[in-house]
Amino acid sequence: MDRRHFFNLALGAGAGAVLAGCGSSGPSGGPGGGAGAGAASYWFLTGDPGETIRKASVDRFNKANSDSKINPTAFQNDAYKTKIKTAIGAGQAPTIIWGWGGGTLRSYVQSDQVEDLTSWFADNSAVKDRLFPSSFAAATVDDKIYAMPCETVAPIVLFYNKEVFDKVGAQPPQSWADIMALVPKFNAAGVAPFSLGGQSRWTNMMWLEFLYDRIGGPEVFQAAFEGEKDAWSNPASIEALTKVQQLVKANGFIKGFSSITADSNADQALLYTGKAAMMLHGTWTYGSMANDGGDFVSGGHLGYMNFPPVEGGKGDPSNTVGNPGQYLSISSKATDEQKEIAKKFFATQVLSDAEVKEWIDTGNVPIVNGSESKMSGSKDADFLKFVYGIASNAKSFAQSWDQALSPTAAEELLDNIAKLFQLSITPQQFAASMNQVIGK
Amino acid sequence: MTTLAPPAERVEPRTITRGRRGGSVAWMALPALGMFLAFGVIPLLGVLALSFSSWNGIGEITPAGFASWRAVLTDPGLPHALWVTFLVMALSWAVQTPASILIGAFLAGHQRYRGFLAVLYFIPLLLSSAAIAITYKALLDPNFGLGAGLNMPFLAQDWLGEGTLAMGVVIFVVSWQFIPFHSLIYQGGVRQIPTSMYEAAQIDGAGRVRQFVSITLPQLKYTIITSSTLMVVGSLTFFDLIFVLTAGGPGDATRVLALDMYKRGFQANLMGPASAIAVILVLIGLVLSLLLRRLGGRDADASQMEGA
Repeated sequence: MDRRHFFNLALGAGAGAVLAGCGSSGPSGGPGGGAGAGAASYWFLTGDPGETIRKASVDRFNKANSDSKINPTAFQNDAYKTKIKTAIGAGQAPTIIWGWGGGTLRSYVQSDQVEDLTSWFADNSAVKDRLFPSSFAAATVDDKIYAMPCETVAPIVLFYNKEVFDKVGAQPPQSWADIMALVPKFNAAGVAPFSLGGQSRWTNMMWLEFLYDRIGGPEVFQAAFEGEKDAWSNPASIEALTKVQQLVKANGFIKGFSSITADSNADQALLYTGKAAMMLHGTWTYGSMANDGGDFVSGGHLGYMNFPPVEGGKGDPSNTVGNPGQYLSISSKATDEQKEIAKKFFATQVLSDAEVKEWIDTGNVPIVNGSESKMSGSKDADFLKFVYGIASNAKSFAQSWDQALSPTAAEELLDNIAKLFQLSITPQQFAASMNQVIGK
Repeated sequence: MTTLAPPAERVEPRTITRGRRGGSVAWMALPALGMFLAFGVIPLLGVLALSFSSWNGIGEITPAGFASWRAVLTDPGLPHALWVTFLVMALSWAVQTPASILIGAFLAGHQRYRGFLAVLYFIPLLLSSAAIAITYKALLDPNFGLGAGLNMPFLAQDWLGEGTLAMGVVIFVVSWQFIPFHSLIYQGGVRQIPTSMYEAAQIDGAGRVRQFVSITLPQLKYTIITSSTLMVVGSLTFFDLIFVLTAGGPGDATRVLALDMYKRGFQANLMGPASAIAVILVLIGLVLSLLLRRLGGRDADASQMEGA
């Protein structure tokens, strides 16, 4: 190999890299876009009922608009979170970006990756006024709206298996002390008190979200979110962390929880098969438990309630946490034509009457004002009214922490939460690690 | 005598080609070199550059000097990830090497039933790591897995939820997956050992164990080095299997360096520190493979046939 050959090669490889770069920044690209240059692409999550409903909306749009098409692609939850970031960073973003708003949306905005929709919403106030006003908070960054809220409101609630409660002769917990008293009772009966998909980590986080709120009120996390120094060392924070470790030590969670993933719905299976008595989870799991659980839901064996108060805690027991909505953004790298298709989709098909009906039929509360009037006829009317009641009566509806925080802080949080539940760090160590990423 | 002939023949044509067709042979290396440059060297330089910059994966890349390196090197997570990586490397080597040598020596025999067994042994080699991980994860689930299904409580351990057990499971699954591959290498190595040596040993009255210890093992020296290099350097990049099986958990009990890099880069959006870890990984890999080559003496590439 002589030097001349080497140079030719280096040049060739360089040119190749440049060409590849051109390809990826090309406008219509994206793995989703196969059907034509003008088509918009749309990535979202798998998992029914949502996946079917999202596809149906796209189908309706494509049928109604023969000249402008949307190509949908679906990804698994945890895989999607990585995939979408990588795609956006590589200039391969889909036209329509599905997300949870909050900290991740902020990171897109800071890199000019998503369209500012403020003026579009001003021009199309009818679109905006249909939706729950509370859903816009997580779509707003520095007073500008960068995403269209869509789909459903999904607070986290405490599910329980009525059959198991009857068999053991127990009553649903009304306080934290009740929870701790129920734990040995269920363990003695050979049933795990709580199901938990701990490998997914955000599942553990839901416990902390409620304990922080019930003990110290929503201000405790808000202070950390807003960058107050040493906010995680707040006494309420330490108390919440201590309480959750007490629950772990008392064998409150199913054996092997730290190797169970939420994506496989194994945590739900534990509840409806009666291997666990209770589960703290998002209301989006109702649909899949109804689908997979046999007569568990239809037979009325699923109980549900808001998280109980903690003795002496400051938080209002009506407070809740979860997803105030899901969010659709438009990639700023898309062509004008694609952006127009996306906006037309937002205005005509997102949460259309047909889609609203589909969400209600599968036991979800769409974020459309007045949708409670359509719930009465549904077979899931009780559950829907319960969710609607929680969402509309909550004094504070906090967004899930990992979605509210920046991706960097969220990863540190989830990492520390996993270790906290593994009992490999103390509450003080947790607070110290988290204090370091405040404001990052 | 027959075994002496091939090396003698091989040496002669080499001296002829060097003079006559040297140019064309170098030209033929170009495609491989091109691939190596485009997919090996250039990305490596890119990673090196990224490790001195700050990038969240979606925005602008800004130079940041040694900030990423300082963040990585002062993070207590790094020594832990290094230790876990080393454990996986050492333990999986210690399990795989003896097992592979024994299976390889066994399969080197020409009996027909051994051929049949060989086919069975090599099945894990045909499966993808992700599929293996998903299968083991399902089998080891304490609530729905093998233990619960067969009603055998001792199988219903919290296999992947308890740090030490999870590490053991990772080593076991890694070994289960790669022992067939290394057995294949050893099978080839054992078959290359001249039968005349065993014949001589038999005449001297050496038993099977003695033959294995005194002939097979020493003759396999270079095969062991090759196989160990593949194991050791390969274990630096274990990712798919561990990611699907435990996601580095419980807590950070099985978080190897490659997984740490992924989590920093693609979950925490810290591409700078992630690239720094990537550079560390490359350096460790280079040092280890150099060390292993040294272990084999200066002429590790030379023939190990008798007389060479």
